[in-house]
Amino acid sequence: MQLPTQPSIRQDEPSQKIEKMKRVVRRIKFESELDLEFGERVAEKAYGQKLLSCIQCGTCSATCPLAHYMDYTPRKIIAMTREGFKEEVLNSLTIWLCASCYSCYVQCPRQIHITDVMYALKREAIRMGFHPKRLPIPILAQEFYKRVLKDGRNTESWLLVSLYLRTNPFKMFKEALLGLKLFLRGRLTIGKEHVHRRDQIHAILEHKKGGQPS
Amino acid sequence: MHGNGHNGPIRIGFYVCHCGHNIASIVDVKAVADYVKTLPGVTLSCEYKYMCSDPGQELIQKDIKELSLTRIIVASCSPLLHEHTFRVAVEKGGLNPYYFQMVNIRENVSWVHTDKKAATEKAQDLARAAVQRVFYHKALETKHVKIHPDVLVVGGGIAGIHAALTLANSGKKVYLVERDPTIGGHMAMFDKTFPTLDCAACILTPKMSQVKNHPNITLWTYSEVANVDGYVGNYKITVRRKPRYINEDLCVGCMDCIEKCVYKEGKTPDEFNVGLSKRKPVYIPFPQATPQIVLIDPETCIEFKSGRCKKTCVEACDRKAIDFNQKEEIKEMDVGTIILATGYQTFDAKRIPFYGYGKYPNVYTSLEVERLVNASGPTGGELILRDGRHPKTVGIIHCVGSRDKNTNRWCSRTCCMYSLKLAHLLKEHTEAEVYNFYIDIRAAGKAYEEFYDKLLDENVHFIRGRVAEVSDWAVRPSEEGKLIIRAEDTMIGIVRRIPVDMVVLAVGMEPQSDSQDVRRMFNISCSTEGFFLERHPKLAPVDTFTDGIFIAGACQGPKDIPDSVAQAGAAAAQALTLIDTGEIELEPNTAFVVQEVCSGCRTCLTICPYNAISRDEVKQKAYINEALCKGCGTCVAACPSGSIKQNLFEDEMIFSEINGLLENTPAV
Amino acid sequence: MKYLSYPGCSLRSTGRAYEESLVAVFQALEIQYEELKDWNCCGATSYVSIDEMDAFALAARNLALAETQSPEGTINLIAPCSACYLVLSKTERYLEDYPDVSANVNAKLDKAGLHYNGRVEIRHPLDVLVNDYGLENITKRITYPLKGLKVACYYGCQVVRPFAKFDHSHYPVTMDKLVRALGAESVDWPLKTRCCGGSLTGTTQEAGLRLNRLLLKEAQKRGADIILTCCPLCQHNLECYQERINRIYKEEIDLPVAYFTQLIGVALGLPEKELGMQRLFKKPSLEHITHPKGEIANAW
Repeated sequence: MQLPTQPSIRQDEPSQKIEKMKRVVRRIKFESELDLEFGERVAEKAYGQKLLSCIQCGTCSATCPLAHYMDYTPRKIIAMTREGFKEEVLNSLTIWLCASCYSCYVQCPRQIHITDVMYALKREAIRMGFHPKRLPIPILAQEFYKRVLKDGRNTESWLLVSLYLRTNPFKMFKEALLGLKLFLRGRLTIGKEHVHRRDQIHAILEHKKGGQPS
Repeated sequence: MHGNGHNGPIRIGFYVCHCGHNIASIVDVKAVADYVKTLPGVTLSCEYKYMCSDPGQELIQKDIKELSLTRIIVASCSPLLHEHTFRVAVEKGGLNPYYFQMVNIRENVSWVHTDKKAATEKAQDLARAAVQRVFYHKALETKHVKIHPDVLVVGGGIAGIHAALTLANSGKKVYLVERDPTIGGHMAMFDKTFPTLDCAACILTPKMSQVKNHPNITLWTYSEVANVDGYVGNYKITVRRKPRYINEDLCVGCMDCIEKCVYKEGKTPDEFNVGLSKRKPVYIPFPQATPQIVLIDPETCIEFKSGRCKKTCVEACDRKAIDFNQKEEIKEMDVGTIILATGYQTFDAKRIPFYGYGKYPNVYTSLEVERLVNASGPTGGELILRDGRHPKTVGIIHCVGSRDKNTNRWCSRTCCMYSLKLAHLLKEHTEAEVYNFYIDIRAAGKAYEEFYDKLLDENVHFIRGRVAEVSDWAVRPSEEGKLIIRAEDTMIGIVRRIPVDMVVLAVGMEPQSDSQDVRRMFNISCSTEGFFLERHPKLAPVDTFTDGIFIAGACQGPKDIPDSVAQAGAAAAQALTLIDTGEIELEPNTAFVVQEVCSGCRTCLTICPYNAISRDEVKQKAYINEALCKGCGTCVAACPSGSIKQNLFEDEMIFSEINGLLENTPAV
Repeated sequence: MKYLSYPGCSLRSTGRAYEESLVAVFQALEIQYEELKDWNCCGATSYVSIDEMDAFALAARNLALAETQSPEGTINLIAPCSACYLVLSKTERYLEDYPDVSANVNAKLDKAGLHYNGRVEIRHPLDVLVNDYGLENITKRITYPLKGLKVACYYGCQVVRPFAKFDHSHYPVTMDKLVRALGAESVDWPLKTRCCGGSLTGTTQEAGLRLNRLLLKEAQKRGADIILTCCPLCQHNLECYQERINRIYKEEIDLPVAYFTQLIGVALGLPEKELGMQRLFKKPSLEHITHPKGEIANAW
């Protein structure tokens, strides 16, 4: 069940088309459909962040540079998480759009580490497979992860290639010109970076099947 | 522990109370009474339905006389409730009240256990412990201390003024000491007060002049308390009166000297106008200052800095009141009680750089706005911003510095209401669009919610969302030249950018910066937030843990004017209770030094939290002031030579009680 | 003092000019440092989205290696990329604050024969140059004071948040002081630490491009001739999409974006190639403002 999203969705600038509701839709969520332990689980995974002490003041949303692009503002995510609206939270765009700028973390009057909560939600969503298959952000994370697991270091050129292949191969053509400019200036490399002691990396990190944490 | 023991024959009377069902339903009181009868030293052991009742008390008195009892033990409820009752009964029976011991088998046994057998055994253990303890009880005298009738009130804000007037009107002599050159405090700076929109000065100045003219009040402004010695009923106060360089008896406040000062315009930021205007070195805080006497600031006056001023002020004064040679005066007096009403300070908005205070000229604190809208303020009541403009939109940000773990954790209680008031006044003065950004609207007092309704009707925008930042970054042309407030409108559910001309920060209330120094001087405590600590937050909000010292107003915690006045009256009443009784009883559970054993090592001197121990330099022994001692036992424990003992809690009493408790415990 | 240097993956790729100019400046200022041997990726914001303890362990390997390379005393490990700086700082901090994290991570490190004992301090080159080396010492060595150059200092988010170790979390001044010490003028603008979107410009352009557009527009509006950054991703985002932003949003943005180390190098008179200036999409035009010493650089 999708909660009502923010009003005034701007499709593109400068023309301002606001989406009109074409059908009457019923929005209700029964208490039995909530996952009441969700809030506690997430808080535990984020160092026991005191989600309960959030007074819903909205400072986090007000300082978030991505707030205008999110379907649920950070404040709403905290409220929904602690009340158990698991599906809505893990299916939201918000957790992926969080750029980890830590502005909310620094300004929160209850000193809640909101960014850590967002990371915990990202991990939950990946673990449970709750994101559109081609959403670039979690895919970038997964490709990054696989590469580091194998080589110990990241090579940006190859990372981008694998990202585009998994999300939208046509994008490679769109970005080809930029890629060429970077390559000509020596900012994109062909050779892959790796550490010498790959065995240490493999020993330290647990290899999870299919690039998914167990 | 057995035999004749201490202090004469031991003939114990033991009473166990049923307390109706409260004790008897869990504890087998008869079994307890029967058990105690078997113990050595017990002459009488019986049970009774309600010991605290009149017949119960009379029973004790009768038994003391008839059976020549020398010790009384009552096993019933908590001593906090009835220890005093029973001590009085014992005294009426002709026995020293400190031969009485109370055993709590209600709060400590029947109310907390369900296993009847175990509860009864526990009650028996406790009774046995008490029986062994009372062997060592001694006859003690309740001390009485006389109370000096004069009162010191520190702080001349609305709370101090009201307390002083109340006491003076009841015939007591009051010293009102105020640090600023005038009384009136923060209230004198306000324009209108909520919710009635009374003009603050109009309701305050009559009280101020009452203070000035009252025969029972000695008003010392521009003065500070320098030292406090003594104890309840007998305080010795030293007050330092700072020199105004004006003869107070001659000055009539005509202010000709100010006009004629060699400075054509003021150059020093005016404290009363929160720095929004400038004053000259010779000045008066505001025209209705009480006392209406000018003063000279030696930091900025040319005569003080170089000694070569034309002194046009002296020429202008036809009363010859200016005296550059005036020195500070030290005054000493005796008082019996003290009321602290030292008020608060506002949160320093510079601590939150996100709101741009000090960076953007048109960001103001609420106190600055009070002066701006005030007809006697720096702009004569016209809303002219620092850059000369008149605001068309105003944003008022609530909770600045309050409710925030990063600054002050508490809610400052008054800011919502004064923000509503400022919204109203700003709308009145300017017709601007006013936006209030809040987290919650706290309008709990009398007529406060109705005031909020009024503001809603005035079309003030209320946006529920804590502001994250104020900046001059414009994204759209309509935002150019304005200050943009970014907040999430949590009710509508979208992040909004509101361009405003003027930002008002509703700064919170916090303790004065020198509150720790003040509380140390007066020997009281502060809470973790730094406000003065009351004896009990619900039942004794104006008393402190130091007898004879009371607190009132915002120094005890953030509050508005009605509550400050109420507390001031309460503090005055508490002081009057002491003064009119004339003397105070002291609990004799004080510590005392056995002089022969004292080695003069000084360990106890600094350890006492109540500064009750001093050292006799001649004899090189410690001495404990019984009036200051609260019987906390710290010095008793700390004394390396064991020379300090505590009445009612001597070592033998405690050890015998412990032994009594553990007698039945099987050896492990 | 000797430093250990942790380049990070970006400095070997899009951020090459950063490493080159940093090395050149350190050499010119005679700051002793050594590269951390066999360093591995810090994990950035991606690894921790998959598995948190592994992410800490991954970053902690670098800390453990630093301890092996520098057996005694406190180690100052320089991490120029802000994301690496943050991840390493956070790892170091959380290992200290949360004993169960420390136990978990060290157990993982043990499997590779490594251990972390808490001796590492993570430093940013901005902090090292301004606070350790000192602005007066830099000014002494300037050959070309940058008088008349208006610089918008862009710190980005992760170098100052959440651990505001050497400057304020939202209103920092370190880079501005440095710029003034180089003789240039630092533009006062309110978006110094507003996020550039990080990897969002690569994955979610509707959001990422707009964030950069706002930053570039404001810097240009305030009269900046150049934007200085201290993070390779910020530099990439601000520099490489200007044409695209102009096309989609009908703007006229035209700002060179460089690393602060590059500007220091220019002021010190180091050759362009050493500073990686040719790697920039748009080289800042500095000829008209750099004068040989004789013109007194403004005191900062």
